[in-house]
Amino acid sequence: MIRTVALATLLATPAYAGEIWVTNEKDDTVSVISTETLEVIKTYETGERPRGITFSKDYSRVYICASDSDAVQVMDPATGKILHDLPSGEDPEQFVLHPNDRHLYIANEDDAITTVVDTETRKVIAQIDVGVEPEGMAVSPDGKVAITTSETTNMAHWIDTETQKLFANTLVDSRPRHAEFVKGGSEMWVSSEIGGTVTVFDRDTQAEKGKISFEVQGVHPDRVQPVGFEFTAGDTHAFVALGPSNHVAVVNADTYEVEDYILVGRRVWHMAFNEDRSQLFTTNGVSGDVTVIDVASRKPVKTIKVGRFPWGAAYRPAS
Amino acid sequence: MTFKTTRSLSLCAISALCIANTALAEMELKIGYLTVEQPAPPTLSNLDPVPEDIGLAGALTGLQDNLTTGKFLGQTYVLESAVVADDGDALEAARGMLTYAPYLVIDAAPEVLLQIADLPEAKDAILFNAAAGDLSLRNTDCRANLLHSLPSDAMRTDALAQFFVSKRWDELVMVTGQHPVDQAYAEAMRHSLTKFGLDLEAEKPWGFEADMRRNAAQEVPLFTQEFGDYDALVVADEVHDFGRYVQYNTWEARPVVGSEGLSAVTWSPVIEQWGAAQLQSRFEEQNGRKMLAQDYAGWAAVRTLGEALTRTNSTEPATLRDYILSDQFELAGFKGRPLTYRDWNGQLRQPIALAHPRALVATAPLERFLHHSNELDSLGLDRPESKCEAFK
Repeated sequence: MIRTVALATLLATPAYAGEIWVTNEKDDTVSVISTETLEVIKTYETGERPRGITFSKDYSRVYICASDSDAVQVMDPATGKILHDLPSGEDPEQFVLHPNDRHLYIANEDDAITTVVDTETRKVIAQIDVGVEPEGMAVSPDGKVAITTSETTNMAHWIDTETQKLFANTLVDSRPRHAEFVKGGSEMWVSSEIGGTVTVFDRDTQAEKGKISFEVQGVHPDRVQPVGFEFTAGDTHAFVALGPSNHVAVVNADTYEVEDYILVGRRVWHMAFNEDRSQLFTTNGVSGDVTVIDVASRKPVKTIKVGRFPWGAAYRPAS
Repeated sequence: MTFKTTRSLSLCAISALCIANTALAEMELKIGYLTVEQPAPPTLSNLDPVPEDIGLAGALTGLQDNLTTGKFLGQTYVLESAVVADDGDALEAARGMLTYAPYLVIDAAPEVLLQIADLPEAKDAILFNAAAGDLSLRNTDCRANLLHSLPSDAMRTDALAQFFVSKRWDELVMVTGQHPVDQAYAEAMRHSLTKFGLDLEAEKPWGFEADMRRNAAQEVPLFTQEFGDYDALVVADEVHDFGRYVQYNTWEARPVVGSEGLSAVTWSPVIEQWGAAQLQSRFEEQNGRKMLAQDYAGWAAVRTLGEALTRTNSTEPATLRDYILSDQFELAGFKGRPLTYRDWNGQLRQPIALAHPRALVATAPLERFLHHSNELDSLGLDRPESKCEAFK
């Protein structure tokens, strides 16, 4: 009997149906968007000033940086109930979950520290001194290297996850905001908001491999400010949010050339793909909405109103 | 005169970093912060005393920012500060500081600033004006060794004029205080209104002897009645003497702008966008008070030096000066755009906040004000009008 019900549910669910979870920085909520109907289906309350958001590997837990509550909150995504808080250090802004599904690397923006928390024991296992205003966080797919970028120090700090110590510090352009490992972890990309560039590093040598600049027609270069970015299937292209220029750039990840600019909402910040990466959801802070981009045609297809100042976005498959 | 040295106390808080640091050759940049006190004119209200460490507090926050960055690069910074009383010998103090460091951040009156800049000892130094808004310092009286991290008065009054244009407040009237800074502000405002095609319909000097704390409700309506109709009333009261009593007491129900009400400011505690919230909380934690405009100028001067050292890996004034004035230099100043220096007069380009004490209203340059090279140059003295020769 139970089996039959489960089967029926499965059949009723189209392939890849899922949810995009968006943190609303100035509403203290998360909005849950259905990737099928492209509508907000639920809104849950969080701690103060929610920003970074990520799911555990099995999607049974969602971690939320509640910056002004000085906590990382652990929520049950099935019910929206806060299960408990993790010790996070002060003002956690952004974090990344280690491939071991256990260690969260958290940027403490006000304290120039990266905090490593064990999500099982709920204990801080390391605090690492980094530059002023750490923000962007990344971890290599093999789990050996974690990155913190610091906005005012203008560096990517390379952390050995075994010793929890820095082994390299590389300068980038002004106000680095986001970092990602790509191509099996062989490259590390960092966006610089005020510098207006994305820098590509070789992971093994920490040497600069390339730098990407942007030019949006009719927008002064000072207002073209790269922040969040994500990669399409196979890491062939990067979609880069360009902040107050209200555009997302499509970058060829092999040639480092910009192929397209897509108009989205105001002050585009972060983004998340759906399961098969056919749709991209961007958070637009100032307009308080999410733009849905059709990845194949590179066209915006819908705008979804969420809470005030949407910031982070994360995908989970429908339960 | 007392010298005070500030170094980071927490530099070696974590032993691993100390080891990493000692492995690198340490490079040290020394900075001096010189305050030459100016007599403060009496004001009607004592509600907002000027903090004693204004400016210096910002420089110290900038120093901490530099130190945190520097520890990853084997670079360190020391800041020495000195205060000269208004009857003290400012030049002797400046000479003393220049033997210590070729980089000075100065809070002094314009004439003192120029005397310091003209000292033989200052010839190859880089001086930052972090307290004087006078346009002449950026124009006919400019000096090659003097940069300005504080915006000129003209940048601020241009910002307000842009706002008037965007609101279609075409007809302005002005009440002007008697102090030199009030007069300088009024002059900058007249110029800005002309520049942006606005009318100054009437102007009245403020001449009351009365104690406005009791009489504002009776005096100000009559005083402003003869202005007739207008769109907004500008108060030129940079010493903050009478302006606060004008608001809500005008004969006509019109907004008060300028030194009170809606003001064009370098910095304000109400700025929280563009990551500014982080700088505000860092400053407040370190100094126990809110960050003010002059603090921002001190912060920006010290951060300019930090950014230049980080990128050039040099402590030579000539190398740093070239870099600071080049296209490569950019400072992330929590104002939404990169800050750079005008290479024709040494002024730090920066957006100007239009704010009242409770909120940010707008940020200049406003959207429709375009410029052929940099929108920020729609504020203040642009290259074609500049009579500064020292940078050529």
